[in-house]
Amino acid sequence: MKKIMYQEIVDRVASMCQEANYNLGEDVFEAFQQALRTEESPVGKDVLQQLVDNAKVAKTEHVPMCQDTGTAVFIVEIGQDCHIVGGSLSAAINEGVRKGYGEGYLRNSVVGDPLNRKNTGDNTPAVIHLEMVEGDEITIHMTAKGGGAENMSDMKMLKPSDGLVGIKDYILDIVKDAGPNACPPLVVGVGIGGNFERCAFLAKKSLFRPIGERNPDPTIADLEIELMEEINRLGIGPQGLGGSTTALDVKIEAEACHIATLPVAVNLNCHASRHQVAIL
Amino acid sequence: MPKSIKLPLDEKTVSSLRAGDQVRISGTVYTARDAAHMRMAETLDKGLELPFDINGQVIYYVGPTPAKPGQVIGSAGPTTSSRMDAYTPKLLELGLKGMIGKGYRNDQVKQAIQDNHAVYFAAVGGSAALIAKTIKSVEVIAYEDLGIEAIRKMEVEDFPAIVINDMHGGDYYQEGVNIYRKTNI
Ligand code: SF4
Repeated sequence: MKKIMYQEIVDRVASMCQEANYNLGEDVFEAFQQALRTEESPVGKDVLQQLVDNAKVAKTEHVPMCQDTGTAVFIVEIGQDCHIVGGSLSAAINEGVRKGYGEGYLRNSVVGDPLNRKNTGDNTPAVIHLEMVEGDEITIHMTAKGGGAENMSDMKMLKPSDGLVGIKDYILDIVKDAGPNACPPLVVGVGIGGNFERCAFLAKKSLFRPIGERNPDPTIADLEIELMEEINRLGIGPQGLGGSTTALDVKIEAEACHIATLPVAVNLNCHASRHQVAIL
Repeated sequence: MPKSIKLPLDEKTVSSLRAGDQVRISGTVYTARDAAHMRMAETLDKGLELPFDINGQVIYYVGPTPAKPGQVIGSAGPTTSSRMDAYTPKLLELGLKGMIGKGYRNDQVKQAIQDNHAVYFAAVGGSAALIAKTIKSVEVIAYEDLGIEAIRKMEVEDFPAIVINDMHGGDYYQEGVNIYRKTNI
């Protein structure tokens, strides 16, 4: 059985937190360049150019691209044939977050209690989702998720009779209501099916896919493209100042559900779409 | 060409600004976000004075990242303004002239902007590393215990922003989107 050391996880997680916040992914950077070519609004173009410049400064100076350095969210695929030595996986991830945010001059944005709202001072606890898989590797997917876009996200139990039309109308409504607040251009993550809590997770999980990568199911892939076109006709544009680039991409994950239900969740992500992957 | 404006804001400058104007702001701004607004509201409820003279001033809604050694401030882009809506009309009545943030304001704030001759600017959300370069000095002046949410006095030079709500009732979030909308939903 393969052994993975606690400290190795801590160090990898710490550097993922910093990398995610300093280095905008190639996929997002490429999407900005593409949008600069197609954006119709001059103000929208200015905003996109500012985002490109900002990403360059963050990368070269090793500073966070956004002051909201997010909640650290992890999806961890654990191979059932590996063994973690020296402590628990969740303790290692949280220690990594503490180290990464502290040493990286990242902002601590987590309160320990939703009611008394006292900052925990080290950006822990992280949000950790575990999935068991075959093999002996651990794959850690990390995102730094900002509060602005998270606040404009939503979930609804539609009726099966609402169908595809109902699903689309609902998603467009959420994007429209979010307007400038979620820092467009957005990556729109959608979960369809599952059950109440699974659906919200699917929406989040969809955001871990790189921009431009389509769902392998051709029907869902077509829906992603259709929705993207319809969202970009809303006119919201970069930062909600008007324009043709409201979404950089739409991601959908769909799953089996109960005969009586049609859950749909929309998890909005801002342009500061920050991801890292590590395989141990 | 963006318009250069100097702070504190006077009536003439405020009145000349129109929704959609791109501006470069220089002068003193004060930072405050959720917790500082809550505390300012409590202070006023008790009949006490605010920790700074708000007359003619501009508040920037921001919670920066910690400064690295050698930096004046960490990354410092705008946060969502609507969370401050509940407190804003009162501050405008007391003489606050401008706010910098991102996102929609509610109808009460928009009305108070008109009634009190003020202006709401948006900065580009997520452009925090670039914006930080326009901040020349920073000093915590109140509520230090609030950490990133403390009130800071900042000197800014050519801080980039755009006028969203002007004192004449203009609303650029509506106007801009109307130009590019290609659907009726
Ligand atoms: S929504 Fe995203 S880009 Fe905007 S302030 Fe929050 S983290 Fe930054």
